[in-house]
Amino acid sequence: MQIPAPFDYVRASSVDNALALLDRHGPESRVVAGGHSLLPMMKLRLARPDWLIDINDLYELDYLLVDGPVLRIGAMTRHTTLLESDDVRRLFPIITDAERVIADPIVRNRGTIGGSLCQADPAEDLSTVCHVLEAVAVVRGPNGERMLSMADFHRGPYETAVAQNELLIEVRIPIRARSASAYEKVERRVGDWAVAAAGASVTLAAVGTISHVAVGLTAVGLDRNVTEVEAVLVGQAPGEELFALAGRLAALACDPLADQRGPIDYKRHLADELTRRVLRVACSRAAASVFDLTLQEG
Amino acid sequence: MTILEDRPSNPAAGDHDRPIGHGRMQRKEDPRFVRGKGHYVDDIVLPGMLHGAILRAPVAHARLVSIDTTEALAHPKVLAVITGSDLQALGLAWAPTLSMDVQAVLVTDKVRFQGQEVAFVVAEDRYAARDALELIQVEYDVLAPVVDARKAMDPDAPVIRDDLEGRTDNHIFDWEAGNKAETDAVFASADVVVKQEIVYPRVHPAPMETCGAVADFDPIEGRLTLYETTQAPHAHRTLFAIVSGIPEHKIRVVSPDIGGGFGNKVGIYPGYILAVVGSIVTGKPVKWVEDRSENLMSTSFARDYIMQGEIAATKDGKILALRTSVLADHGAFNATAQPTKYPAGFFHIFTGSYDLAAAHCTVTGVYTNKAPGGVAYACSFRVTEAVYLVERMVDILARKLEMDPAELRLKNFIKKEQFPYPNKTGWEYDSGDYEPTMRLSMKMAGYDELRREQKEKRERGELMGIGISFFTETVGAGPRKDMDILGLGMADGAELRIHPTGKAVVRISVQSQGQGHETTFAQIVAEEIGIPPEDIDVVHGDTDQTPFGLGTYGSRSTPVSGAAVALVARKVREKARFIAAAMLETRPEDLEWEKGRWFVKGDPSVGKTMAEIAMGAHGTVALPEGIDGNLDAEVTYDPPNLTFPFGAYICVVDVDPGTGHVKVRRFIAVDDCGTRINPMIIEGQIHGGLTDGVGMALMEIIEFDAEGNCLGGSFMDYLIPTAMEVPDWETGFTVTPSPHHPIGAKGVGESATVGSPPAVVNAVVDALAPFGVVHMDMPCTPARVWEAMQGRTRPPV
Ligand SMILES: Cc1cc2nc3c(=O)[nH]c(=O)nc-3n(C[C@H](O)[C@H](O)[C@H](O)COP(=O)(O)OP(=O)(O)OC[C@H]3O[C@@H](n4cnc5c(N)ncnc54)[C@H](O)[C@@H]3O)c2cc1C
Repeated sequence: MQIPAPFDYVRASSVDNALALLDRHGPESRVVAGGHSLLPMMKLRLARPDWLIDINDLYELDYLLVDGPVLRIGAMTRHTTLLESDDVRRLFPIITDAERVIADPIVRNRGTIGGSLCQADPAEDLSTVCHVLEAVAVVRGPNGERMLSMADFHRGPYETAVAQNELLIEVRIPIRARSASAYEKVERRVGDWAVAAAGASVTLAAVGTISHVAVGLTAVGLDRNVTEVEAVLVGQAPGEELFALAGRLAALACDPLADQRGPIDYKRHLADELTRRVLRVACSRAAASVFDLTLQEG
Repeated sequence: MTILEDRPSNPAAGDHDRPIGHGRMQRKEDPRFVRGKGHYVDDIVLPGMLHGAILRAPVAHARLVSIDTTEALAHPKVLAVITGSDLQALGLAWAPTLSMDVQAVLVTDKVRFQGQEVAFVVAEDRYAARDALELIQVEYDVLAPVVDARKAMDPDAPVIRDDLEGRTDNHIFDWEAGNKAETDAVFASADVVVKQEIVYPRVHPAPMETCGAVADFDPIEGRLTLYETTQAPHAHRTLFAIVSGIPEHKIRVVSPDIGGGFGNKVGIYPGYILAVVGSIVTGKPVKWVEDRSENLMSTSFARDYIMQGEIAATKDGKILALRTSVLADHGAFNATAQPTKYPAGFFHIFTGSYDLAAAHCTVTGVYTNKAPGGVAYACSFRVTEAVYLVERMVDILARKLEMDPAELRLKNFIKKEQFPYPNKTGWEYDSGDYEPTMRLSMKMAGYDELRREQKEKRERGELMGIGISFFTETVGAGPRKDMDILGLGMADGAELRIHPTGKAVVRISVQSQGQGHETTFAQIVAEEIGIPPEDIDVVHGDTDQTPFGLGTYGSRSTPVSGAAVALVARKVREKARFIAAAMLETRPEDLEWEKGRWFVKGDPSVGKTMAEIAMGAHGTVALPEGIDGNLDAEVTYDPPNLTFPFGAYICVVDVDPGTGHVKVRRFIAVDDCGTRINPMIIEGQIHGGLTDGVGMALMEIIEFDAEGNCLGGSFMDYLIPTAMEVPDWETGFTVTPSPHHPIGAKGVGESATVGSPPAVVNAVVDALAPFGVVHMDMPCTPARVWEAMQGRTRPPV
């Protein structure tokens, strides 16, 4: 049994109550969502909050809804809910792809999207996914709500724009027509964190060329999308040569570290290889969905 | 699973229509485990029990400058803080290891590995004990560590064991087996010689239950009761008596349910001793249970062998000789568990399953600033390393000769008629018939079809590999003339009592950690005396309740204790014959045995069942001269030889050419462990061992950085396989009984752990053949496989 340092515990009953508790207990208080990142760190005594504010009773934050042009995901939505959602699979297969390889069922049953994004672990998958999908984070604090783009929300490894007395409430993902996405990860073992991973989202123009694209990488030292690929891909017809070019740009853009998961050159190679793969899958999925649309329209 | 033996409808029925005894039967112990009613060390709660926690060294090599325990002692819930100097005053600062070395119980002079025990806190609860560790102030003077075993013998290497009188280097032992001159001569004239450095990296058994103890010292009676996670309760009792000075009859060691051992729970760890000292000091029971990181960082690791292999053959593929020199990293203390005469365990079984003209091996053991251990993880005393070496070398030779690896093996097997087979390093293989086993595995695999598929795939640029391993193990240590641990012979006792109503209890000296002893041993007795296994209770794990013996490890329970149990049952059966004769008023020689009953020859209707005989024995029947009034017996079994199980394993992998990710697609395992007592238990052992093997081959390694920091101290870093990494196992069997074992059984507990890693690695290397890869070391992680594809294989250490 691994034993954390002493702490006090309280269950929040609502978002407002959680915010009040954060305010009352001050800088050494932390909210706990699924606990699958925070509790291991506490057990290793790497995190030592004085107060844990449990937000698992905040069912008001556990929802998934298609609301006009956006998918709204409550911060307390569990990985499993995302994995099993038909709406998610239809609109954003990148999320389903990613959820399939995040941890294991036990972790997925508890871990939340809010906790994942707030933890901002460099090998965390949903941050990449949200970057690629150009999600907006809704953050609430004592002074009300703020809407942040992922670029503003995600400041780097283990760092976000959420202040100590704020909560991430919701993630909003814009729904685009003629679009599809994909995610692929290399791991040493099922349930392990990524050696490297890549995600892509593609929108096709009616003529079949790429009208919009975003590529993101996980665990290779890049906390933003690989914007370099957008310029060269947009306006082009999807194809292997183009994907190869994008792969090379991704490999150049990233800045991995050597660790037990692999050396730098391997991780760069994966940035390249996986970028090609996710673009290939995203484009073929997008083409298929365009075909679907035509069928429906016809 | 494709090959499943028929499951008889009667759960107590055997494979061969026998009414009772051997056969597929559900495990008697499982109802309590599946209901969550297992009782482990950590479940033990005694009145007034306190809790201990260990402060561990944050660095690998450092002189201890000072320890200040004042603040920790001031913690309101702390009762004692014990340091190395306190132990020194009691003469308990150092304890003997199982390899005739000593190990610090708590650091007195110098830290020698990261995670070493520095102080012990006893507190009212576990939380307080853990919190108080942070209140101990320790000052270290950090020294340069020895991390790379290859550099341990450099002239300027820091001397780790300056505690040992006259030590000027980090050398532990040199050991050799086989004939060097003869081997060198064969090599000199061979057509083909191939060489390869092969590293078996440091791995860890990582049992689900970590190590722990509850020590309860009664100062009035001077009696110590020690509940311990131990695979060898009797050996521990004797060693505790020697170390502590508490007389042995006043020590009771109890090993309750054990959540996995794999050799991790053979040694005596400082934590156990500290729990005892804590109990003596406070006068209260003290529980100490390590956490996962402590288990991974400080308890017995496995392997860590750097092997230079060489194999010699004729150009048409007759293997002539093998030789190897090994550098063995034993960590900071030589604490491996193996028979005294064999500092490298049974590594000299490295000649494998092949008929060789000569063989020679040398092993040099060195100290490094790492956790001690080495013999663990179901290794059969280093047979794992040996099998890995020979099975990789044979594959490398096959590549060189451009021969199919199955064909090369078939050509060189020891032939059936050569058994008992004396190998070139001093073993006498008891029995074997390798070719049918190999052929069965090939048939189950569809070997030729697989090779065809591989050829097609290669043409398309797909990477598919087929790996074979044919292993021979030596298990069941061992004959007392050759084998002891710290002077204790490796025999096992067994006692059998038949109660008046015909129900039985058999007491054994070995201790189950999940192997199913309570079922297997009941089945052995049932087979011999004809009482159903349900009516036979197996008692184990409590030194006050069981006869002396050396414990369960090295796949020795069935070869040694299994034999003891069969013999004690036969003794009771013979005694029953005399009593039955008295009851039937006839002569013993006029009686004939059928399972469960003695009857009059020629008149089967007249006889006595075991239950009737038991009642007679304890009743008023007039007993013949020399027969006393019970149906009990005891034996101590000294095995005449070890047993030599073997098997043929075939692994099929697919490698993603873009990422280096390895997927084990199929695994075929044909095992021959002689007589099969409970095929279902055997399959369970095989499934577990194969999973271990896939883990070691693909992901497991305990690494260290240049400062000697352990990089494998949690399950985030030390990966073990899950159901997702392993295929549906395809198991099969052949039966070649052991000629010297009373029922012909051989050990099987470690066969799959020993035999499977080379099959997986051979498959990965085979898949990478288009890249010119001849060898790659474990673990075959995606990154390491990719590097191999780039022509940059590198040893893991
Ligand atoms: C064995 C294992 C394997 C894993 N593998 C992967 C993997 O492969 N990929 C991957 O992406 N993740 C992985 N994870 C992490 C897992 O997905 C976590 O669940 C997730 O990262 C954190 O979510 P949580 O709800 O558990 O957060 P918690 O642990 O409860 O919280 C994490 C942090 O976020 C803060 N926080 C939580 N919710 C909010 C909120 N609404 N507003 C503000 N702050 C908040 C907390 O205070 C804390 O600092 C793994 C975890 C484990 C244990």
